[in-house]
Amino acid sequence: MKEQFENEMNLEFLSKSANEAFARIAVAAFVSQLDPTIEELADIKTAVSEAVTNCIIHGYENEIGIVKLHTKLSKDEVTIEITDNGKGIENIEIAKEPLYTTKPNLERSGMGFTIMESFMDTINIESIVDVGTKVTMSKKIRVPQMTTMP
Amino acid sequence: MESKFYEKDKLLVFKITEEIDDHSVQKIRRKADYEIERFMPRKVVFDFDSVTFMDSAGIGLLIGRYKFANLLGAKLEVANLTQSVNKIFEMSGILKLIPVTTLA
Repeated sequence: MKEQFENEMNLEFLSKSANEAFARIAVAAFVSQLDPTIEELADIKTAVSEAVTNCIIHGYENEIGIVKLHTKLSKDEVTIEITDNGKGIENIEIAKEPLYTTKPNLERSGMGFTIMESFMDTINIESIVDVGTKVTMSKKIRVPQMTTMP
Repeated sequence: MESKFYEKDKLLVFKITEEIDDHSVQKIRRKADYEIERFMPRKVVFDFDSVTFMDSAGIGLLIGRYKFANLLGAKLEVANLTQSVNKIFEMSGILKLIPVTTLA
């Protein structure tokens, strides 16, 4: 049986760097329904920004392609899938190493996956060379404590 | 990004006013390098007080400016790190290389 979500949202946009801000702000606005804390929202925005930047710089290497972003909400969790049809990752384990980058000349820090891993609860990377990459990340949103009035 | 050069102290301060990502750093980088070369400061400070968002592009930006300033004989420092900016810098270990300072 297909997993049921409370709400879902799909976005598709061109792999232009100007869309990095658009993507993270759109996801943040959508996730706001779950009433996250400011810090949780900041973490999600940063992780989305990293993943979308990877699609643009590494997946498509600044050629124009389509980045797909699928966001699903359950009662207390957000799941975000970010997909490109770019060049793919040859070795995912090496790509995830902190400070590893194939583009030091672009002043990339190699911290993208490390930030996604530490800012989200789960991350899964699927990639096929010359077909594309899909990054799936999820994060639990803390349920606000009920306060009783005296 | 706004910049201010204090002639007496040979201090160049960059106050970043935009969100920092792979898109915005391209412009910040160009402007910073141009001004560092133009003023030949002894010290360069990046002020993060007005930064509402930063991803790992900020780490690359600082490492790049650190190298460039060093090449021209200037020290690089950072000031007014917000909680979210600090979280990303801490993760990268970059603050072992670049001191946090306070601006008058």
